[in-house]
Amino acid sequence: MIVAERKPFDEIFANAGKHHKVLLLGCGTCVTVCMAGGQKETGVLASQLRLASREKGVDLEVTEHTITRQCDAEFFDDTTSRLVEESDAVISMGCGVGVQFCSDRYPNKTVYPALNTEFFGATLEQGVWTERCAGCGQCIVDKFGGICPVARCSKSLLNGPCGGSADGRCEINPDVDCAWQKIYDHMETLGRVDELEEIQPLKDWSHNRDGGPRTVRKEDVRL
Amino acid sequence: MSVTTLKSGSMLERVLVSGKFAVTSELGPPKSADVETIKEKAACLKGVCDAVNITDNQTAIVRMSSIAAGVLAMREGLEPVIQITCRDRNRLAIQADVLGAYALGIRNILCLSGDHQRFGNHPTSKNVFDMDSIQLVNVLKRMRDDKVFACGDEIRNSKKAPLVAPEIFIGAAANPFGDPFPFCVTRLGKKMRAGADFVQTQCIYDMDRFRRWMEMVRDRGLHEQIYILAGVTPLKSLRMAEHMRDNVAGLSVPDHLIERMKSAADPKEEGEKIAVEQMQELRDIPGVAGIHIMAIEAEKSVAGLAEKAGLLPRPIVD
Ligand code: SF4
Repeated sequence: MIVAERKPFDEIFANAGKHHKVLLLGCGTCVTVCMAGGQKETGVLASQLRLASREKGVDLEVTEHTITRQCDAEFFDDTTSRLVEESDAVISMGCGVGVQFCSDRYPNKTVYPALNTEFFGATLEQGVWTERCAGCGQCIVDKFGGICPVARCSKSLLNGPCGGSADGRCEINPDVDCAWQKIYDHMETLGRVDELEEIQPLKDWSHNRDGGPRTVRKEDVRL
Repeated sequence: MSVTTLKSGSMLERVLVSGKFAVTSELGPPKSADVETIKEKAACLKGVCDAVNITDNQTAIVRMSSIAAGVLAMREGLEPVIQITCRDRNRLAIQADVLGAYALGIRNILCLSGDHQRFGNHPTSKNVFDMDSIQLVNVLKRMRDDKVFACGDEIRNSKKAPLVAPEIFIGAAANPFGDPFPFCVTRLGKKMRAGADFVQTQCIYDMDRFRRWMEMVRDRGLHEQIYILAGVTPLKSLRMAEHMRDNVAGLSVPDHLIERMKSAADPKEEGEKIAVEQMQELRDIPGVAGIHIMAIEAEKSVAGLAEKAGLLPRPIVD
């Protein structure tokens, strides 16, 4: 899933304060799971905005609404479009994709992001999410015991750890696991440590964002 | 070995190939455009070592470029080993710099991943890591031996023009103390197979663990295929010893050294004494081809250390 975090309140309030009527638009998919922009968080932010505007004497009307997914046209139904049209601006609680999709759909409205979109990740435990994939466009995790060095090694090293790996921790921060210790341990469990002797060639980054913005077309399902 | 088999003809290569015990050291470029500092540091190291590493934005702090500082050091009579990290440049920039460095007379290059930028003075910068240090070693080897760029294109101006490829003696770093421990030797083997001619190790304090590592290296016969220069950094104070032990990832400083530093009347002198003893000990370990003295910002002390360790005068090998 895409993991995001809510922006600091002041930043959102500063944008909202430029308008009289804003629509706070929640998203029911990834950002609901990572508790950043779902219906509940949309409600909380709406109350905070109302409270702050009252306290500061700002004339601000906040409407809240959450749709199933902000990255899919079919969920922008008539109700949503009506609410958008009735507002001066939209504050999207979706990820960066949702913000842009919304902005594309309603070209006459400014859409502000309420979240900072962080990464593709997984839930580690209640309230903790962590990065697992860098979307490089050519998956190679099978060579590394199912652990991605591109996303999880701080230097994206493909041929083994740097000199800074110590006690399973990455040199950049003792709270960060060294991906290469994990790769080594997992390959050992699999009895495949020998495979790490292989020299991994230069990676073809053209499938990554380095090749420009990417589009996937699946011809057999296109209309 | 006859001269014709040399890969780069650098003094470092000649010393190592002739079977003599090599000595390298380090010179950190200035944090400004100041040339005088390089001259001063170079004067301390001249005649004391066979080649001098010129660090590349070490600890991710901006300094004069290693190639520029290396050329300035060369003018002062030193042979530079240019360090190149994978942190700051992609494969285009690095290959261009390698051509330029060679054209300016540089013959030794050391390939590193590079310290993460969060440690330095530009923690908000973007890093590159287009390739890792092992891939970089291989890019240099292919440039030198196959005369091709990483993309496969030949290193020549046009189809009819002659091949003019950089003939570089290729180095890498080795950490005998990194984790996971068994991988340290694997990584050395990979560097060797990728094309590294020599490695310089992380500074060694834990002699027992280094001996164990060298045993594993010899078991695999790696010492016969790659020159291993053992790293030594003199301790300057008890604080430095404790800092190295506690804060430098993958470095252990044994208790008996901490004790010696604690009880010494003159810790700096004691640190140098320890370094000299270590150098003498390292010299006798089979498979160690030389010493790499890292005394960054203490270039003045290197001559004295090398002298006391019996490493002077340096040989001139044709
Ligand atoms: S310590 Fe491990 S995770 Fe961190 S940069 Fe080095 S190899 Fe990568």
